Amino acid sequence: MSTWERSAITVATLLPLVGAVVIALVPRDRDRLVRGLGILFTGAAMVVAIALAVDFDYGAGGGLQFELDTRWIPAISARYHVGIDGISLPLWVLTFVLSFLCAVYTWRFVPSPGKTKAFLALTLLLETGMAGTFIAFDLVLFFIFWELVLVPMYFLIGIWGSANREYAAIKFFLYTLFGSVFMLLGFLAMYFKSSPHTFDIVQLQAYGAGGGFTRTFQLIVFGAVALGFAVKVPMWPFHTWLPDAHTEAPTIGSVLLAGIMLKMGTYGFVRIALPILPEGAKAYAPWIGALAAIAIVYAALACLAQKDLKRLIAFSSVGHMGFVMLGIATLTEIGINAAIFGMVAHGLITGMLFFCVGSVYDRYHTRMIAELGGGLMQKLPYLGGVFTFVAIASLGLPGLAGFWGEVMALLSAYRPAPVLADQLTLFRAFMIAGGIGTILTAGYFLWMIQRVNMGTVPERWRESPFPDVLAVEWVSWVPLLVSIVALGLFPRLLIGITDGPVRALMGLFGG
Amino acid sequence: MTQAIDYHAILPELILAGTIVLVLLVDAFVERRSWVAMPLGLAGVLAALVATLTLIGADRSTFDGAFRVDDFAVLFKVFFLTVAVVVLAISLRYFRDAKLYQGEYYFLLLTSFLGAVMMPSSRDLLVLFIALELVSAPGFLMAAFRKGSLRSNEAGLKFFLIGVLSTAVMLYGMSLMYGVTGTTNLQQIGIALGRDLAPAEETLALAAILLIMVGFGFKVSAVPFQFWAPDTYEGSPVPVAAFLATASKAAGFAGLLQLMFVAFAAEYAFWAPIFAVLSILTMTIGNFVALQQTQAVRLLAYSSIAQAGYMLLPFALATADAGLNREAFAAATNYLLIYAVMTLGAFAVVTALARESRALPISDFAGLARRAPLMAVAMTVFMVSLAGIPPMGGFWAKFFVFRAAIDRGGIGVALAVIMVLNSVVSIWYYLAIPRAMIFQEPERERPFAAPALVTGVTFLAMVAVLAIGVYPELVAHFPPLSTLVGR
Repeated sequence: MSTWERSAITVATLLPLVGAVVIALVPRDRDRLVRGLGILFTGAAMVVAIALAVDFDYGAGGGLQFELDTRWIPAISARYHVGIDGISLPLWVLTFVLSFLCAVYTWRFVPSPGKTKAFLALTLLLETGMAGTFIAFDLVLFFIFWELVLVPMYFLIGIWGSANREYAAIKFFLYTLFGSVFMLLGFLAMYFKSSPHTFDIVQLQAYGAGGGFTRTFQLIVFGAVALGFAVKVPMWPFHTWLPDAHTEAPTIGSVLLAGIMLKMGTYGFVRIALPILPEGAKAYAPWIGALAAIAIVYAALACLAQKDLKRLIAFSSVGHMGFVMLGIATLTEIGINAAIFGMVAHGLITGMLFFCVGSVYDRYHTRMIAELGGGLMQKLPYLGGVFTFVAIASLGLPGLAGFWGEVMALLSAYRPAPVLADQLTLFRAFMIAGGIGTILTAGYFLWMIQRVNMGTVPERWRESPFPDVLAVEWVSWVPLLVSIVALGLFPRLLIGITDGPVRALMGLFGG
Repeated sequence: MTQAIDYHAILPELILAGTIVLVLLVDAFVERRSWVAMPLGLAGVLAALVATLTLIGADRSTFDGAFRVDDFAVLFKVFFLTVAVVVLAISLRYFRDAKLYQGEYYFLLLTSFLGAVMMPSSRDLLVLFIALELVSAPGFLMAAFRKGSLRSNEAGLKFFLIGVLSTAVMLYGMSLMYGVTGTTNLQQIGIALGRDLAPAEETLALAAILLIMVGFGFKVSAVPFQFWAPDTYEGSPVPVAAFLATASKAAGFAGLLQLMFVAFAAEYAFWAPIFAVLSILTMTIGNFVALQQTQAVRLLAYSSIAQAGYMLLPFALATADAGLNREAFAAATNYLLIYAVMTLGAFAVVTALARESRALPISDFAGLARRAPLMAVAMTVFMVSLAGIPPMGGFWAKFFVFRAAIDRGGIGVALAVIMVLNSVVSIWYYLAIPRAMIFQEPERERPFAAPALVTGVTFLAMVAVLAIGVYPELVAHFPPLSTLVGR
């Protein structure tokens, strides 16, 4: 293996961390330099990531590529084992792309109270944590990266958030920590029950597939591990931190939170919980499906009641992640492909929605739907147009990225995995609930468009000299908009990558 | 008593004792520059450190096996001497600024450290007792060192009364233990207890163990013997509080580890459940009371109580299996070492702040991020680390304990669950100081001036916490040192 193959992922993942340190050392009055460095480091990391994606062998099916497995902490037999496969590649690359676009956006928009240096350093630290989660193949390493995102996000919300920021920040921290400590105990239990003892995800998968873990053990440990993932996703009823965190966070905090961090939870299910503990997955699947169905309907209803535009988008995330979880709960090839598709699509679309809301707020200094009062398309035709387009993508219009994840998840619920055959009626009920959810989703998004984008500009805004979409905004948005269309028209672009490893997983559930 | 004394084995103690005498003498002859006691003491501590380093890998025993130098002892000696360097470093400006007697203070401080350094080598109840008292007795005086302050007097008095009480209880237990086993040597006691005792003897032995545990419970401030700690920490000079929270507590744990896992190992079925209860109470009460604190040192005091609860947990995992015991022993040792680093760091920052804020309410940390970015970042690292969030060193301290607990299974799992819930609660108050430093605006705008020594120590502690966090192998090498257990 060449040095490039061994070190590429590590380099890309750690570049932002290096950037964070460099930025921390720059004098704080060199504001432009700091922003430039932010773009430079996220850009460099993205270039490496994309080069890796180009070099990736798409025909290989399952199996890890660009793997590096070396000693790290022999005393507890934790290893530095990183690699990438079709499931993690899309999410990993998305992390770098979104982070880079956020850094570009920061060139023009630094939320109050400024402090650009700390803002970018924390964002870069966050990026390393998120990217690392998707490549770690050692449970301890996974956990370190998983927790690495907590502190930067806490400060991003707590310093640069809006009015209720401190409450939202600590709530986010406490909820996520609560889930993840149980996850850690679950990881330790897996370690001690496997033989030979190992934290290696690949080895544990082999051990789990071979029926190494007893059913009782799997039920308990799946519960512990799933709790950690479920809080992060977030699944109903663990979602209450999310509307607060999303609403209070600064724009790029929301973008990264929705775009990537939530996916860490669903990714955890696909990467760790399902393959290592298949019996547990089978037993919990109906429950997960039920919570997902509730989340879809509940979130849609909650959205109908929101007065704050950003909070509305936040709740819509809960619903979209419900579709992702529904796909996972079916334990089918199509369902899990749907889930990964849903993750990526949601990352692009909801990230974009938060950008739009951020820019609306930047002009109007309010996010209340009633105060905005409509006429966005008239007042700011480009911004209004982009916002309308993305909202329509989010409600699942065929031909755009949001469609495939939802429809495939619903399809998969019609025929769940053979191991769940006795739950067929239940899953069909989930499908119907999900179907109702899509109608409600379309309803609240259209209603939102009607109230915000359509209509005439209210008197109070008529004279305000708001700038329409700025160059910086175009630069950070166009890649996302293009991807939304591209994935909508050519879903094979993504499913072609994910299907190989997903199919390898399916052997466990008789699919 | 025919054996010759092994002077190399006791060299660190000899150097330290010599330094103590020198400090006291010099102080009598220098009038105006009594601060010279500090560099003098520092030189002595460093010399003792070098002497200890020459003992690495040694296995020496002297005074008929009552004093032993092995890996465990060397590890703790190095640890205590390092703590001594840090405490000395943060003391200098604090005591000069506060215009307190300096010569006497350094004399007392070094005497305490002499006891601490002796502690891990003590393999005999008598030596153990002398070492422990050598740690505690000067502590009573140091706690009351701010003579003009009523709180400091209260601190000293409380500490003294509780300390003497616990000493009496412990000594009584030790005498009972001697009565049952006919020996004061820890290993011999272990062998004697391993044999089948007559029922009456058995009862007496268990009573002795219980009394000794109560005595140590006071020293390590375990609930329900913790109530002196917050008042004493708050009233003492800040560097003394740092000493009490780290060296003094660690000395207690070093003694407790040897007693429980070596001398009383055979009776684990009796004491392990008691430790389970102690540990749960200590961490839970420590954490929940900490939630209400508004004063920095009190917050750290309750934090140190909660942390003692985590450190007591491995004791509750003791079984008949030497492998599991070794793991528990190593977990407690690791926790103690990592805990000390982060706590010392936090106290260093508080010491720096004490120059402009006498009462040290948390609100006085407001805006420190703007006024002293390095201090604020370091304090955030210490607090997040104490809460056990990766990638800080404190995470690994907890990780080793979780690991031992899950490996133990049964009650271990239940204890681990209680401990993780406690960790989640603790994040709330650990973030209180960062919240103030970073989210709030400073009351005064002038830059924050910390003494160079304090800044240096803070920085080093931060680097250490991060280094352990990223590469825990640095401390993970210590588990093999716990060969003490199961031998």
